[in-house]
Amino acid sequence: MIDPLSVFLLLVAAATPILFAALGELVVERAGVLNLGVEGMMIAGALSGFAAAHATGNPFVGFLAAAVGGAAISLLFALLTQVLLANQVASGLALTLFGLGLAALFGKPLEGIKAPSMTAGPLGISWIVWLGLAMVPLIWWFLNRSRAGLILRGVGENHDAAHALGYPVHLVRGAAIAFGGAMAGVGGAFISIATVLQWTEGMTAGAGWIALAIVVFSNWTAVGVLAGAWLFGGVTVLQLRLQAAGIKVPVQLLSMAPYLATIIVLVLISARQKFSRRAGGAAPGSLGQNFHALR
Amino acid sequence: MIRLVPRTENSAAWQLATPLLAVLATMVAGGTLFAIMGHDPFAAIRTIFWDPIFGAASGYSRPQLLVKAAPLILIASGLAIGFRAGIWNIGAEGQYIIGGVTGAAVALAAYPAEGMWIFPAMVLAGALGGWAWGMVPALLRNWFGASEILVSLMLVYVAQKVAAWMAFGPMKNPEGFGFPGSRNLQQYPAAANPELVAGTGAHWGVVAAAVAVLATWFLMSRHIRGFHIRAAGLAPRAARFAGVRPQTLVAFCLGLSGALAGMAGLFEAAGPAGQITDKFGTGYGFTAIIVAFLGRLHPVGILLAGLLLALTYIGGELAQLTLQLPAATVQVFQGMLLFFLLGFDLLTRFRIARRITA
Amino acid sequence: MADAVFRAEGIGKSYPGVRANDDVSFHVAPGEIHALLGENGAGKSTLVKMIYGLVQPDDGQMFLNGESHRPGDPRAARAAGVAMVFQHFSLFDAMTVAENIALGMENPPPRRALSARITKVSHDFGLPLDPARRVVTLSAGERQRVEIIRCLLQDPRLLIMDEPTSVLTPQEAELLFETLRKLADRGTAILYISHKLEEIRSHCDSATILRHGCVVDSCDPRAHSARELAAMMVGGEMRRIDRSGRRTGPVLLEVSGLSLPAPNAEGTALKSVNLTLRAGEILGIGGVAGNGQDELLAALSGEMRSQPGAITLEGRDLSAASPQARRVAGLLAAPEDRLGHAAVPDFSLTENTLLTAGRRKSLVRRGLIDRGAARAYAEEIIRVFDVRTPGPGTAARALSGGNLQKFVIGREVLQSPRVLVVNQPTWGVDAGAATAVRQSLLDLARQGAGIIVISQDLDELLELSDRFCALNEGRLSDPRPTENLGIDEIGLLLGGAHGMEVAQI
Repeated sequence: MIDPLSVFLLLVAAATPILFAALGELVVERAGVLNLGVEGMMIAGALSGFAAAHATGNPFVGFLAAAVGGAAISLLFALLTQVLLANQVASGLALTLFGLGLAALFGKPLEGIKAPSMTAGPLGISWIVWLGLAMVPLIWWFLNRSRAGLILRGVGENHDAAHALGYPVHLVRGAAIAFGGAMAGVGGAFISIATVLQWTEGMTAGAGWIALAIVVFSNWTAVGVLAGAWLFGGVTVLQLRLQAAGIKVPVQLLSMAPYLATIIVLVLISARQKFSRRAGGAAPGSLGQNFHALR
Repeated sequence: MIRLVPRTENSAAWQLATPLLAVLATMVAGGTLFAIMGHDPFAAIRTIFWDPIFGAASGYSRPQLLVKAAPLILIASGLAIGFRAGIWNIGAEGQYIIGGVTGAAVALAAYPAEGMWIFPAMVLAGALGGWAWGMVPALLRNWFGASEILVSLMLVYVAQKVAAWMAFGPMKNPEGFGFPGSRNLQQYPAAANPELVAGTGAHWGVVAAAVAVLATWFLMSRHIRGFHIRAAGLAPRAARFAGVRPQTLVAFCLGLSGALAGMAGLFEAAGPAGQITDKFGTGYGFTAIIVAFLGRLHPVGILLAGLLLALTYIGGELAQLTLQLPAATVQVFQGMLLFFLLGFDLLTRFRIARRITA
Repeated sequence: MADAVFRAEGIGKSYPGVRANDDVSFHVAPGEIHALLGENGAGKSTLVKMIYGLVQPDDGQMFLNGESHRPGDPRAARAAGVAMVFQHFSLFDAMTVAENIALGMENPPPRRALSARITKVSHDFGLPLDPARRVVTLSAGERQRVEIIRCLLQDPRLLIMDEPTSVLTPQEAELLFETLRKLADRGTAILYISHKLEEIRSHCDSATILRHGCVVDSCDPRAHSARELAAMMVGGEMRRIDRSGRRTGPVLLEVSGLSLPAPNAEGTALKSVNLTLRAGEILGIGGVAGNGQDELLAALSGEMRSQPGAITLEGRDLSAASPQARRVAGLLAAPEDRLGHAAVPDFSLTENTLLTAGRRKSLVRRGLIDRGAARAYAEEIIRVFDVRTPGPGTAARALSGGNLQKFVIGREVLQSPRVLVVNQPTWGVDAGAATAVRQSLLDLARQGAGIIVISQDLDELLELSDRFCALNEGRLSDPRPTENLGIDEIGLLLGGAHGMEVAQI
């Protein structure tokens, strides 16, 4: 007998890494920056978090270290795109490739070690899951009700106008990138510390890219990100259940499901944004463009 | 105070100098990293960049240079065309895997027949497989506006699962004693992609890479379509004004780069790798992105960059054997290279000027 | 003079290779509308950017209400009492009116209070605005109201207006001046930047004229004729252009029932546009920006295809033809945006010839580029149109606006088109280049080509065109002969005042 609540909780937990990463990327994109390095920041967080958790025996210290690790590596991207004005797409790719390599290099000695156990929160699920859920209204409030969020959205919507009004475009974007890095780091650490319970090379397995797709799916809103992350969590849980039930479909085909689901969702949502009358209205106006004040 | 002044024309000298600067900076930063990890930095750099060609074991490693460079150059030639147009195919790894699978499928279906037609048919099938895998993001972008970046990337993971499924299921070698993986095509003469000149490592993929370099150079600098591709990347509205249809360009660029990556996959499956396994994709598709950028998206640059990154692969393996450096070292090196390149790129587009103060 | 609201003394600013401002001094009294007059590139923008804190001067001093004024950034300038309405609006399309206004204030009140204040102030000044509406849904005139209200809420002592009427109909501009006059009567000093001589003559109290970064004169604009002001601005007499020797011939281009949906959220749909164009004729199309000009050009150039029968050139239906096919048939176009639409900024002039002249000039044969021919054509354009550039290898973005415009127009004119469509041919171009471009269009018409000039510059349209029609919300009015057409009548054709109220305080 399947208990609906426990299935739902599984789903919420499965969605958590993506939820963190996608919420972070949401803030980054609302500031007008497209950071394709989410995968690299997640793996950096997964490793630094796991290492710190192992060294201290305290998983929460691990998550803190993951946030620092993710933010630290994201600053490389910030340096490239905000100071050196490099192309955002290429720099994001570089961050992913570099992060994956760096984590593989420094993660070697940690392979095969088990993560320290974590005390569960209410309903028997991790405090980190609760934190992720709490971030949704927090980020909504920040973006839609706070002065800082208003400025951040202004920078993302029209960086020339924001500059003309005297707002420091590069500084705002740099801060957003660092926040996105910290969030991706925590998301990555959830995989290593709370889900897989050990470190393996390349363990984020595309979660960062799925997070990027979910930001598109969300139409750049915090609630939309939650919906997207849960949808993805649902597909993952379903796929694992089907595998466990011994259904007569090769495992490899079943495990394609999250990626195929992401493509399908991306197509549906892009089509809606393309054909609706207020086309693309939700995507920040300056997304992906670098800013350089002429004179 | 220092400020950036946009150049009125991109500096040709810096265009050439920045890749070299990036390589040097990578060596310095990499050496520092090795020193931190407790290795001799000079020995490590020499092992990676010098020994594969001139060192004691160069007899083995020199031919490997072409073997590793061929897929990188072949894939990067196609990617660079799309990157010029602002079309970001970052799923070449998936197209490479699928090309290997479809190409190998022809061989396995024909087995054990002999015939001159088999290998060309495999090349065609590999190119078609990669083309089809690349056309998926192209069509989804053209019809629905879905981001080709995300779709092509997701399809890498799908392709990896396809290869694993093939290796464990439909393509599994019936005489393989239960081990996963297809028949070894190296041992099937009609389908094999052998070394053409002994001791050089040159197989048909090397020939194809050379042709690709020449053909893309011709396309980009002599043909109006190449002109339109460059215009579309620099000023999309101007390209439309000139008569370019964005949809056509998306399909052309993703299809072409997919086909080239698929061919690279087939040459690998029939040659150096020999078979389809669940580990068939080894990251050439991602490294080729670095090759394309390091080569400044120019065919000749890509040729040189492909050789350099092939060198880091071989050197990395050598360093693994002799210095016990972890395998991931190469990946870090390649990532750093791209970082430095993108950073130094600033110098081609801007002049650094001292602020004139009163 | 001690009671001036704003005073500049010997302001200077250099950029590498350019002296943007040199020893600029002037002052603005309370309640005065002071014009800053000059050609494009005369240094007006740099000057106001320094007052607003976006740029710092190299030499000289500024004073606001007698105190030294040297703002490090716009927020400091706002705190000191300076407000500015930008030429290209500094608005955030996806955000609401209230959010836009909050971003332009240092310490905005809470959301509800702010909305209430916006509603009140906007009604006081006769500029009604709904604080909850998203800016993307507003017309150009309404957008400008947002900028103005944003400034008014801060009770500025000095208000800077940078070319505010360039996006307004004549009626809207009149209303704007009524608002400004009310504001001035309350003691606010207004610095008004423009190159439109008539409006300065009728509305400003004093004027400072800039040329090449220096003050060349200060005067009472009401005491001078527009011609005299123009002479001060340009430095010498303007060259008159020659309209003689044209005869209209048979119909070349026929557009009938052309309707197209808006290409995107910001675009305008074309609604059943009809027009005929004869050989040797120049048809002027006026209208406020954003009323379908770009879309009409795209429909004629082939960037947007239309339903069968909508566009015929000399009896041939070109509605579904590609831009290239239209060029082969003789229908050529030059869009408004020089950098990024009419030309690729990073391409050399030689490469930019290939964008449109490949077929007609045989620069491309069987897909292969003839570089020598392209270079020769670029050199021909440079020679005939007097394009000031080191050579055909120079990147398009390295040229000044006027020189690039001469190149773009020259590239089309020298292909001997049957019909040429140009959008804003002299926008942002210095007077010399503008005259050259206009003359070349007249010469082309004299040779028997038909020309459509789409422009927001009414003086230009009246000077060039034989017939005039107006584009308003995607609809094209019936054409009127240009002779004896008054500016009021044109204003009505352009769509009146878009529902602006007269201010009521």
